[in-house]
Amino acid sequence: MNDTPARDDTIAADADGARARRRWPPGAWTRIPAWIYTDPGIYALEQQRIFEGPSWSYGALEAEIPETGDYVLTSVGEKSVVVVRDADGSVRAFANNCAHRGVAFVRRPRGRAAEGFTCPYHQWSYDLQGRTTGIPFRRGYKGQGGMPPDFSLDGRGAPPLQVARRHGVIFLSFDPQVEPLEAYLGSMLHYFDRVFDGRRLQVLGYTRQRIHSNWKLMFENLKDPFHASVLHVFLISFGLFRMDQPSAVEMDATGRHSALISRRGGQADEAAAREMKNNLRAEYRLQDPRLLEVVREYPGEATVVMQTIWPNLIVQQQSNTLAMRQIVPRGPGVFDLNWTFFGYADDTPEMTQRRIRQANLMGPAGLVSVDDSEVLVMSQQGLQDHPDHDLVVEMGGRDVQDQQHMITEVAIRAFYKHYIEVMGL
Amino acid sequence: MSATATPTAWPTLEERLMLDDLLQACAAALDEQRYDDWPGFFRDDALYRIVPKENHDLGLPLALLHCEGRGMMADRVTAIKEAAMIRPRTLRRFVTPARVLGVRDGVLEVRANVLLVETLHDQLTRIVLSGVHHDRVERHGGGMRFVERVCVYDSLMLPDSVVEPV
Repeated sequence: MNDTPARDDTIAADADGARARRRWPPGAWTRIPAWIYTDPGIYALEQQRIFEGPSWSYGALEAEIPETGDYVLTSVGEKSVVVVRDADGSVRAFANNCAHRGVAFVRRPRGRAAEGFTCPYHQWSYDLQGRTTGIPFRRGYKGQGGMPPDFSLDGRGAPPLQVARRHGVIFLSFDPQVEPLEAYLGSMLHYFDRVFDGRRLQVLGYTRQRIHSNWKLMFENLKDPFHASVLHVFLISFGLFRMDQPSAVEMDATGRHSALISRRGGQADEAAAREMKNNLRAEYRLQDPRLLEVVREYPGEATVVMQTIWPNLIVQQQSNTLAMRQIVPRGPGVFDLNWTFFGYADDTPEMTQRRIRQANLMGPAGLVSVDDSEVLVMSQQGLQDHPDHDLVVEMGGRDVQDQQHMITEVAIRAFYKHYIEVMGL
Repeated sequence: MSATATPTAWPTLEERLMLDDLLQACAAALDEQRYDDWPGFFRDDALYRIVPKENHDLGLPLALLHCEGRGMMADRVTAIKEAAMIRPRTLRRFVTPARVLGVRDGVLEVRANVLLVETLHDQLTRIVLSGVHHDRVERHGGGMRFVERVCVYDSLMLPDSVVEPV
């Protein structure tokens, strides 16, 4: 991105300084110091320990790269990464970084490179695994110049990443020591498999937004059912996600992943209506109710399951609208949210149409999600003004256990329990 | 979206004036936050979409905003007025004069570039998007109305939030 400032050495050096300088406030995960959203040193440390550490970042869907040589550009943390289908059907990934002079040599967001890649600057060539395969004038010209005779191509290439695939979803890691994906997802695996049940996926399209807030605020937003029950007029007025419905908040053993599970409700009861009075519009009706004509498509009673998978993925299943929301941090105060909406290859045309209609709820212009992107920007403004403010996270108690209701911030606490450990704060 | 349809006729000068009136009046209604007027520029069953060029070029159906008919447009208007929690702002649209590709069965195939900018408190005015309106327009009463309007915008990446139609 042209307008994205590159990370420089002063900030990288500051990662160690930040860890020496900063102390988590008393109260552990019931308090969040505002400086974790604003300190460039903390941001640099996050890149090292979280995004380049032993984590699986969402990269792409297999449906985006069906044929040999098909590739997409994605990001792990703030780093540009190429994901490509190899000739044997496997998926390869490497950093977009020429082994010669460091050029980000893949310049289209997607395409087909059946013959491999070539860096445009000095024409170093690469195979589908990102290994350097050739250098022009390597032996010189008429006995002059060229690379030294002992220069070898062995081991040269764009920096490789680990790849894990499950039911059509591609995850990436810079760390060869990362645990297997299934173990990484832990007790969240069955929620993952609920949406990714092995059926072939079909990409419906993309939207992207650059939100001027810290990336963690987006992740927390999907771990926070409390806000959904009071902020989103559209959700609560139409019962799409509401605290008076049978609900649950669940985490994996580490606390880093979570799922919000709920079901659509009818009229709110009196006690719930009183608490939601500011934003509940019982009289709200759609002129065209086709927007919310929902068809049940998963077993069980849940009509909405929102998963957060550490460190960069939100899996959205709200009614019939499905999306991967990929978080790409771009500095302490800004991140990109990349939405990939999808369905299944065996969807009827009517189901596809339903997904397109319900996508109005979500994305950069979503009837629901606009509230979130706006409030995230407002959050960042307040946090930048007051980096020494300790934020309060005590709704639903002070512990980090699963809870069978929505009046809670427990998943945010669990997230910070893990964050404190990983960051060594 | 039959941009390649063979034209069977060309608009009269009067129709060209009506056409630009429609484009400018629709933009002005939104700029002036007369949101309730917006669906009135469309035929009852008209399609309104805002689509990133990426999806458009790849043939993917997903839209940033998708309204089938004036009912869904009216629902979007209600959401803007009563439901959305947004920072107050002024949005302004700059729509170029209409370029007519042709007329087929009484429907004008039209293109017009559009620039949408927004101004928030304490901030410089910034571009939300640039794009092309792909319009299909017909005579109605003493003027024109949209049968279909698809705004195809250039940059997949959008700043923060898009809170109004283009």
